Amino acid sequence: MSIGIVSAAYIAASVLFILALGGLSNIESAKRAVWYGIGGMAIAVVATIFGPDSGNYLLLLIAIAAGSYAGYYVAGRVQMTEMPQLVAALHSFVGLAAVFIGLNAELELQSVLAMNEAAREGLTGFAAVLAHKESVEISILKVEVFLGIFIGAVTFTGSVVAFGKLAGKISGSAEKLPGGHMLNLGALIASVILGVMFFNGAGIWTMVAVIVIAGFIGWHLIMGIGGADMPVVVSMLNSYSGWAAAAIGFTLGNDLLIVTGALVGSSGAILSYIMCKAMNRKFVSVILGGFGGPSGPQMAVEGEQVSIETDGVAAALNDADSVVIIPGYGMAVAQAQQSVSELVRKLRDKGKTVRFAIHPVAGRLPGHMNVLLAEARVPYDIVMEMDEINDDFPKTDVAIVIGSNDIVNPAAQDDPNSLIAGMPVLEVWKAKQVFVMKRGQGTGYSGIENPLFFKDNTRMFYGDAKASLDKLLPMID
Amino acid sequence: MCISRLVLLQSMQKIASDASGITIACVAGADREERDVKIGTPKEVVDGEARVAMTPESARALQKLGYETLIETGAGAAAGFSDAAYKDAGVEVVKTGAALFKAADVVTKVRPPNDTEVKRLRDGQTLISFFYPGSNADLMDKVAKKGATVIAMDMVPRISRAQKMDALSSMANIAGYRAVIEAGNNFGRFFTGQVTAAGKVPPAKVLIVGAGVAGLAAIGTATSLGAITYAFDVRPEVAEQVESMGAEFVFLDFEEEQADGAATGGYAAVSSPEFREAQLAKFRELAPEIDIVITTALIPNRDAPELWTADMVAAMKPGSVIVDLAAERGGNCKLTVMDEKIVTDNGVTIIGYTDFPSRMAAQASTLYSNNIRHMMTDLTPEKDGVVNQNMEDDVIRGATITYQKEITFPPPPPKVQAIAAVKKEPTKVKTPEEIRAEEVAAFKAQTKQQVIILGIGALVMLIIGAYAPASFMQHFIVFALSCFIGFQVIWKVAHALHTPLMAITNAISGIVILGALLQIGSGSWLVVLLATISVLIATINVVGGFMVTRRMLAMFQKS
Repeated sequence: MSIGIVSAAYIAASVLFILALGGLSNIESAKRAVWYGIGGMAIAVVATIFGPDSGNYLLLLIAIAAGSYAGYYVAGRVQMTEMPQLVAALHSFVGLAAVFIGLNAELELQSVLAMNEAAREGLTGFAAVLAHKESVEISILKVEVFLGIFIGAVTFTGSVVAFGKLAGKISGSAEKLPGGHMLNLGALIASVILGVMFFNGAGIWTMVAVIVIAGFIGWHLIMGIGGADMPVVVSMLNSYSGWAAAAIGFTLGNDLLIVTGALVGSSGAILSYIMCKAMNRKFVSVILGGFGGPSGPQMAVEGEQVSIETDGVAAALNDADSVVIIPGYGMAVAQAQQSVSELVRKLRDKGKTVRFAIHPVAGRLPGHMNVLLAEARVPYDIVMEMDEINDDFPKTDVAIVIGSNDIVNPAAQDDPNSLIAGMPVLEVWKAKQVFVMKRGQGTGYSGIENPLFFKDNTRMFYGDAKASLDKLLPMID
Repeated sequence: MCISRLVLLQSMQKIASDASGITIACVAGADREERDVKIGTPKEVVDGEARVAMTPESARALQKLGYETLIETGAGAAAGFSDAAYKDAGVEVVKTGAALFKAADVVTKVRPPNDTEVKRLRDGQTLISFFYPGSNADLMDKVAKKGATVIAMDMVPRISRAQKMDALSSMANIAGYRAVIEAGNNFGRFFTGQVTAAGKVPPAKVLIVGAGVAGLAAIGTATSLGAITYAFDVRPEVAEQVESMGAEFVFLDFEEEQADGAATGGYAAVSSPEFREAQLAKFRELAPEIDIVITTALIPNRDAPELWTADMVAAMKPGSVIVDLAAERGGNCKLTVMDEKIVTDNGVTIIGYTDFPSRMAAQASTLYSNNIRHMMTDLTPEKDGVVNQNMEDDVIRGATITYQKEITFPPPPPKVQAIAAVKKEPTKVKTPEEIRAEEVAAFKAQTKQQVIILGIGALVMLIIGAYAPASFMQHFIVFALSCFIGFQVIWKVAHALHTPLMAITNAISGIVILGALLQIGSGSWLVVLLATISVLIATINVVGGFMVTRRMLAMFQKS
């Protein structure tokens, strides 16, 4: 294939990728959009392999076959509750690949520079591109290599830690080494110094050092962020993996890589922004980890938490006409989505209006709850966003909160001194009756008391969500 | 027995060590370590009182709190609960009232005690009943001297937490319902309008005066029977509740700001003479067309206000019915005779019964006994069968009128405001010009913001362009445009699809495979090795990402 045809294929692939992302604007078109993405990727890979710059086909075939099998195997086996960790793991791969490719670019550059004029003319592939670079272009190339390696390494270790936290292999709480963010700042400065040395001709050892230091930053940064901030972290890493790909695209002078990297990078950035907005927190403060101190005395919570038994919940549900369910991370932990779905099916069969209210940061991944409910065969047209359903709570007979806490905390609206003041929340307390399914009397991620639990129309339904629901199911008639 | 004694001893010790000394257990005097605390209900002695303060169902609940339960034989007969039913529920049936008072540590009743019953009370015993301490000062004195603790069910403060024990509300609810039924019983026509083969029947028009608990219950009953229902209340804030029950709120053409009911614990206050005039004028206007009037207007600690005057009665059609639920306090209509039904010269029936709850004894007993059970639940926080008379608790303090030989009435104001006074924010209605001006301002601000961002962007591009070589700029244009397209496209992604979005971006960020593919043909073994690993893991990403996206999207089903 000539270079022209390869370029044409890249244009086609770019368009298909854009269509793939654009198609996600609604659920039906998304099912088609994923095929655009697959098609785009196939075109790009085939064009590159058969293009003028590739080689070593046997090795290549083995690697692709092995990778495809592994990807197929993992994607087929993963539980929907494990999606957050799968996404994090996949991010780490992109990061690692970006690091290797960056290193390769530098290695090739060195070998090309070492050659004489005649040998350069005989080069093919990537080396030939390098051979024709001027000195300014070579310095820019070095900056790109540095950026690609740095972002790639941060993405890699950060994603590995995020994976560990989400999979429960590492403690989910925020932990930092003594020195905290000063340590990160120091490491960043050290990387920049090494980078400058690299631009001025120091050897490849500087880049290896940058990989180690950037790897430390990624590890330390994500270690310092707690479990419930993971939606932001995962989308941030998503964004980084995109930027890393774009940086590699610049290094290699490959426009398709640049386009795709930019698309992914901006997608992750927007997701992070949406998540932060939904928690009313600054991106920087999420990244720096943990919640700040209270800005004043918090309102005392009045009243008592009243618990209720299964029969009481069943009676209320049997009498109710409209029910709204608010799932949170607790539902995923208890693996209760199938039972929830069964409950919904029973209630809907009796002609009741049942809907779900999903807060943007419910769960550990943007849109996590939607996927879990979809897996349990809950029809998506009864799963509502916060803005769609918040006005309907006063007309709701029963609201069931399953394993969520901060996203239904009225203090966000009532108490200007609360840590989550101003965070948009689901106004469940306006429903006629609220049942909160919860393991015990603890507080949520933010560690603050939830006045919802003390409201007169709230009843606490303690116990494991799945076990409680399974006990409840036979009583719905 | 052994265990319960142990618990009892422990709680006694706990109380002894309680430094504040406020919490004192009220356990029967002499033989406190010998037996469980007993709750007993005697037969009501007042003539015609059919209610009973304990039902088999409430007895079971009380037993769960750790109490033994007693009942006087025949106490529930008038309300339809036989002795056998009580026995089945594990209640001990006692032969006489005297024996019951002797055996019980806590006596629950409906009506205030009469003199005989007061004599039977003893030191340390607790009596729970209606008491009306405001008008029964002598009786309260006598009971206090006896040393019995009295919890008056009519004194339960009106705070949300205490609603479950608000016996006045549960009785008022029944009264409201029964008032409509009594009216219907004395009204010679249908409530609902019908067109029959024999001719057209107009619907009855019902006016409910006072939209408290009884009024709202009456509205609900009347509307569900099909009558056209109007309701009036001096508190304009209840209009919404009235309309939610399906009645039409009667508004007055009156300018004066009515006192907010929240200031008086949700009860009505006395209105100004001008307001009263406007109100009566409105009623006079309505009287000729109304078939049934149910008045429920009461002002705390006062005689009932006269709202339905003799001339209004005279203006009503023959066959009309007035039910005066305020009869006990003199009536909202001056013609009302307490406890009787009269018919006026122009054929209007006026019902002045005061025993509506007792006329529905089974229902009233069930609700009242539940109120008492909730009170006992609050008095027994440990569920250990020991009464904990916590005088720091607003509800218990408010309802307790005699305690340790002292009269504790009236109670101090509760710490929790009855109903949170709602501050009315003056909502400014914007004129069309203001709205227009705001829109223009918002548009200008947006334009300004966009122009600034574009300006900064252009400046950054210029600076980069001035220094970077042309080959870099070509790629940079692609990069900038892609970011722009990315932002445009991603904003439109549905929230529900954020997880598939992450998975698919994951897959397409596997595009770094191209980089590795370009390098794998290199001559250096190290480069080839690294490139091969990169191809491998990037392929996992591509295949895994697309597969899992497809899996997820396939799960989203429409109902």
